[in-house]
Amino acid sequence: MKQSELLRVENLRTYFYSQGRTVRAVEDVSFSVQQGSTVCLVGESGSGKSATAFSILNLIPKSMGRVVAGKVLYGGEDLLRISQRRQRTILGNEIAMIFQEPAAALNPVCTVGEQIAEVLRTHKQCSAREARRQAKAMLDRVGIPDAQRRLDDYPHQLSGGMRQRAMIAIALSCRPKLLIADEPTTALDATVQSQILGLLHELQADTGMALLFITHDLSVVAEIADRVLVMYAGRIVEEGDVMQIFDDPWMPYTRGLLKARPGLHSGDGSSRRLSAVPGDPPDLANLSIGCSFRPRCCHAAADCAYRPPDLETVRGHSVRCMHWRQIVEAAGEPEAVL
Amino acid sequence: MPPEMPEAQRIELRAKLGLNDDIATQYLRYGEALLRGDFGQSFFSKRPVVELFMERVPNTLLLTVPAFVLSVAIGLCGGLWAALRHNSLFDRSLTTATVVMQAIPNFVVGIATILIFSLSLRLLPSGGMGTWKHFILPVITLALATCANTAHLVRTCMLEVLAQDYMRYARSKGLSPAVVVLKHGLRNAILPVLTIMGLQFGGLVAGAVVTESVFAWPGAGRLVIDAVMKRDFALLQFGILVFSAAIIFANLLVDVAYGLLDPRIRER
Ligand SMILES: Nc1ncnc2c1ncn2[C@@H]1O[C@H](COP(=O)(O)OP(=O)(O)OP(=O)(O)O)[C@@H](O)[C@H]1O
Ligand code: SF4
Ligand SMILES: [Mg+2]
Repeated sequence: MKQSELLRVENLRTYFYSQGRTVRAVEDVSFSVQQGSTVCLVGESGSGKSATAFSILNLIPKSMGRVVAGKVLYGGEDLLRISQRRQRTILGNEIAMIFQEPAAALNPVCTVGEQIAEVLRTHKQCSAREARRQAKAMLDRVGIPDAQRRLDDYPHQLSGGMRQRAMIAIALSCRPKLLIADEPTTALDATVQSQILGLLHELQADTGMALLFITHDLSVVAEIADRVLVMYAGRIVEEGDVMQIFDDPWMPYTRGLLKARPGLHSGDGSSRRLSAVPGDPPDLANLSIGCSFRPRCCHAAADCAYRPPDLETVRGHSVRCMHWRQIVEAAGEPEAVL
Repeated sequence: MPPEMPEAQRIELRAKLGLNDDIATQYLRYGEALLRGDFGQSFFSKRPVVELFMERVPNTLLLTVPAFVLSVAIGLCGGLWAALRHNSLFDRSLTTATVVMQAIPNFVVGIATILIFSLSLRLLPSGGMGTWKHFILPVITLALATCANTAHLVRTCMLEVLAQDYMRYARSKGLSPAVVVLKHGLRNAILPVLTIMGLQFGGLVAGAVVTESVFAWPGAGRLVIDAVMKRDFALLQFGILVFSAAIIFANLLVDVAYGLLDPRIRER
């Protein structure tokens, strides 16, 4: 499965400035997304997942913070440095994003049909009637019953699951090459969640789009990911293929997460959240110089407090921990989880 | 009744106007007349108050409508621009200006413009009606009084809306800045502005009354002020009745508009 690269993020840094503090939400993040593949970005709440997604689209509001460094390379261009006009031809068209909270992201005073149609009219230059016809087709496609009538509904008239489907319809209406989905299933109950995942998978197979999927639910990751990025306190702490991460995790944080998780095929469908690792995430405005996972790490050694670990890559599997070799060796052969 | 009126005439008039009856009877008589559509006559000109009032209404509309349009235009554009350029020099100047404007009473603004443009510069007439030049000062005075409020409101509401998720979402769809700001932003921000503007319609009426007096503008507001001065009660009562009805009507209109603009209200 040799693919070509669609998006490459290099040394991305995004800081928020609030109340005189600098919140280092994204710190030196690099990764790439291959065409048609699924990359999962996992991490607990506040680890900087949404900030990463918004930085890629250059959508960090100036009043809150900014991308202070890095590149987002897409088709030979750096999305952070192209003109606004050029950027608008890519956003919503070639790269679309599903927001974490559909209830807040959909405009309350615009009909669902209008919110789909406006993307089509903007990017595909189709007439109002054609846009409406395609909007209906999209609602049908994402499994919203009675689509014709739903076109004229307002967001508050839809259920949570329906709103999520409507957002997917909006995102996919221009057949993007990359879909960034920020926790699209978190707010939904298990049945709807698996329906939405199935739908995304189906649509991905149809259109060959790549998917950057943000979640803090590991069972979802195991189900859909090709490649996994584990984020902690604004940094990538482990990256690898889904097998590498689930079969042979190196970083103590990832190991903790997987240990706390029920067996993959236990079939009970319960999904543990990433808070399963004891302790609290560090304050991103006040990070210590050493490893930011140290206060919660049971393998922490003296040098962890003052030496920041680098990202070390072995056979396409990266880890940010100075002692990972000893830790993995001491634990012996990993139990087969898959 | 003027104090210098002869006693005999006074007694006659009291009897004629029914002022010897007790208050309740007088009030009932007044209410009953209202229901018949009889609003009484002016004590002085002896003409029906409706007629007196209605001949002045066009002049008032000639003043208030352009002033309202101007005020909304300035308020909307100013408030919008300030919100979009939050914390810029323009934003800070506008915020300061709106606070100052809201603190200065309308008649002071009117007198100040007369002092500057009529007396010192001799550019514009200080009062009365006639040429287009007569419109400029009163319209601007009245517009200034309400536009500061509108600008302030639009700015506050728009700032709130700009921070909403749906604005960022609209941008993530690659829509043009105009569509993002006007269609997704202003349509949401205008809702609270509308409500409060409806409540402030009374302010516009009050402003019109004051402005007409300052600029000797022959409108309904000035008529009512004259009625106060002369104690022309029938006329005064009718004026207040009409103003109150206008304010209630404006609020009704706002409620209807709100229902049309906000689908979450329309539902219920
Ligand atoms: N506007 C802001 N001002 C200041 N700090 C912010 C702002 N937005 C986010 N942050 C901080 O940046 C960090 C990363 O936030 P982000 O929203 O990316 O987290 P996340 O990984 O998406 O979490 P969740 O799973 O809860 O969505 C958090 O610590 C958060 O407190
Ligand atoms: S560097 Fe040290 S503290 Fe950080 S994860 Fe590795 S062992 Fe734990
Ligand atoms: Mg998030």
